[in-house]
Amino acid sequence: MTLIDLANPTKFLSLTARVLPWLAGATAILLLVGLYQAAMAPDDYQQGATVKIMFVHVPNAWLAMFVWGVMSLSALGTLVWRHPLADVAAKAAAPIGAAFTFLALVTGSLWGRPMWGTYWEWDARLTSVLILFLMYLGLMALWRAVDDPSRAARAAAVLTLVGAINLPIIKFSVDWWNTLHQPAAVLRMGGTSLDKAFLIPLLVMAVGFSLLFVTLHLAAMRNEILRRRVRSLQMMQASQQAA
Amino acid sequence: MSLGPYTSFIVTSYTLVAAVVLLLIVWIVIDYRHQKERLRQLDASGVTRRSGRQATDIR
Repeated sequence: MTLIDLANPTKFLSLTARVLPWLAGATAILLLVGLYQAAMAPDDYQQGATVKIMFVHVPNAWLAMFVWGVMSLSALGTLVWRHPLADVAAKAAAPIGAAFTFLALVTGSLWGRPMWGTYWEWDARLTSVLILFLMYLGLMALWRAVDDPSRAARAAAVLTLVGAINLPIIKFSVDWWNTLHQPAAVLRMGGTSLDKAFLIPLLVMAVGFSLLFVTLHLAAMRNEILRRRVRSLQMMQASQQAA
Repeated sequence: MSLGPYTSFIVTSYTLVAAVVLLLIVWIVIDYRHQKERLRQLDASGVTRRSGRQATDIR
């Protein structure tokens, strides 16, 4: 099966049916290994056991941004290449991205209270991630508000690409402004500043959550394709009854 | 394994993540069953796809 074959929704559904069980199994194994390693990780000399929140907060924060990146590529697919699955991919990803962003915000808040003494601060990193969350909700509302799927797809694609401006702002907010949030510790110039005892469980959890996203995304895309099939068959049925 | 004085923050974080991930999975599974059911109903009412295949055929 070539990449161009995947433009055919029926072939995509066939591929999805074959790979989803394997992906789900790999996701479960990786997350279980990651959780075990997170439980066994030592306490941080400054943060104590609260460092364990990092193992769920950071993967969710990475995925919050990554999912918008995937949606931005899909938006290009909708606007430039008019790929039949591009809007399906973007629409299916939005609620999953919103969930990851919500989790990043809440786990960050729960980590912040014991470390910073506050659940929330209107600083650049926290505010820009909150804006990302609101943009996810806005996009989901847009898809629901417009009846015609092709019009909704174009409007959502434009909004997604405009919203992508927020991604570098989130990433570099800790460098550009004074914030309570710590600077990047893993993806930074000069290599990671994290000790292996924390880095390995974090990376395992990050790969596990990434696989979770791929699994959920493929399953949600399958649902969206079926929803569109239902819609077109209902329209066929209505036109047959009218004739 | 002792989590120290901030146990509630750590446990709440992990519980919340597990709950939201579980909700996502349940929502996707229910949505899949719902779409398949709607396709079955369309099949039963005699509507076929332009390809001539059944509405529920996803191969």
